[in-house]
Amino acid sequence: MDRIKVGVLGLQGDVREHLLMVADCGAEGVVVKRQEDLKGIDGLIIPGGESTTMGRLMQKYDLIEPIQEMGREGVPIYGTCAGLILLAVKTVEGGQPLLELMDMVARRNAFGRQVDSFEADLQVKGIGDEVFHAIFIRAPWIEEIRDQVDPMAEVEGKIVMAREGNLLVSAFHPELSQDIRIHQFFIDMVRDHKKGSKK
Amino acid sequence: MMEKGTYKLKTGLAEMLKGGVIMDVTTPDQAKIAEEAGAVAVMALERVPADIRAAGGVARMADPTIIEAIMEAVTIPVMAKVRIGHFVEAQILEALGVDFIDESEVLTPADEGHHIDKWDFKVPFVCGAINLGEALRRIGEGAAMIRTKGEAGTGNVVEAVRHMRTIMDEIRWLAGLPREELMAAAKKLGAPYELVRTVAETKKLPVVNFSAGGIATPADAALMMQLGADGIFVGSGIFKSENPRARAAAIVEATIHYQDPAILARVSKGLGGAMAGLEISKLGEQEKIQFRGW
Repeated sequence: MDRIKVGVLGLQGDVREHLLMVADCGAEGVVVKRQEDLKGIDGLIIPGGESTTMGRLMQKYDLIEPIQEMGREGVPIYGTCAGLILLAVKTVEGGQPLLELMDMVARRNAFGRQVDSFEADLQVKGIGDEVFHAIFIRAPWIEEIRDQVDPMAEVEGKIVMAREGNLLVSAFHPELSQDIRIHQFFIDMVRDHKKGSKK
Repeated sequence: MMEKGTYKLKTGLAEMLKGGVIMDVTTPDQAKIAEEAGAVAVMALERVPADIRAAGGVARMADPTIIEAIMEAVTIPVMAKVRIGHFVEAQILEALGVDFIDESEVLTPADEGHHIDKWDFKVPFVCGAINLGEALRRIGEGAAMIRTKGEAGTGNVVEAVRHMRTIMDEIRWLAGLPREELMAAAKKLGAPYELVRTVAETKKLPVVNFSAGGIATPADAALMMQLGADGIFVGSGIFKSENPRARAAAIVEATIHYQDPAILARVSKGLGGAMAGLEISKLGEQEKIQFRGW
């Protein structure tokens, strides 16, 4: 089978850290800055960064519709922090361009400003019993979900990671840790999808 | 169970800003223009560096009223400046809840021998540097982000280029040294040995390094990115220009697509006048603020 190729949206944010994680999982990472960069990728990661900035730039470079199309066709997409916000159908605050793919409402900077950023050990469904050391930076949480969205991790009763079919989101940044399990989980989703679509 | 204020969280926020533009603003309206143009953060100030330079006198931390009004106006991170060594101004900014503190040479230094002990704070700090030794001393004190100083308020990119080239050259030099020469290198740089070793091994600074001081055009921003900056600070360059809204958006685009001359050409068109700018050789040594910092 061909090597798995994962795009990382590279408009702004911690793009490099995601690329390194993708490589550690044995897949090839490519930077996506323009529409044409979406061609030939098997999955997409939307990194951490500033969601308002990224959303506006996605709009400016006509990236919203093609990514929506990919998501609806079943291509796996993983969003961390800003990526979680961008994948939501809406935010509590409103007023910014979103991909509106995943059936949830996100609350921005839900845990507070930078002085309230935190590290915590979480139980994450689907990656084994060992806790995951998660890094939350001006992080959002998931305020509401529809039935088909599967919560995977919580902090103080708030959902901070979830999956809906081909869509995966986390409010924290696994790319800033040394633990590749969550990226591996996503790469496995990408591999399964690639196998399925080849049949 | 929840840990706050760790170094990982401080450097992590800096990582999130990479590839972005941080803009100096003095009013909530300017902050909104910056946010709409695609800034990843704003620096809340009472006056931009060009005006500080023109006004003379002692430049201090901004009035908290201004900083709070800007924090209210935008959802992106808000940074604010304190004087070098003025840890009480930093305590005040931390209490206000700003997201990042810039211990900045643009303000009048409060201490001519020492910088702030940045480990003592939960909020991350960014500090200026003109060479690798200065960058590593600041990181040693707990800075979570570095920016090359350039010469603020001049609209002249020449010093920003000098400082970025110096740091990159010194990193390449360290990376080529055998390990037994790293202690003498640390002595020469005036930098902590452990950090010198880290740089020699990883061939990069241990934290994000932005470029600042004199960036006035999209081409300037792309130049600094091609020279190795992780992102851009624009001070006076935006709101001292003829059309701040268009210029801000153009500098953001140039920072993203810094390697694409066709896009750079497009975004450079029709921006109106850039800030006038100052010839560095006409500045006396006393007027250069890049030499503030120890």
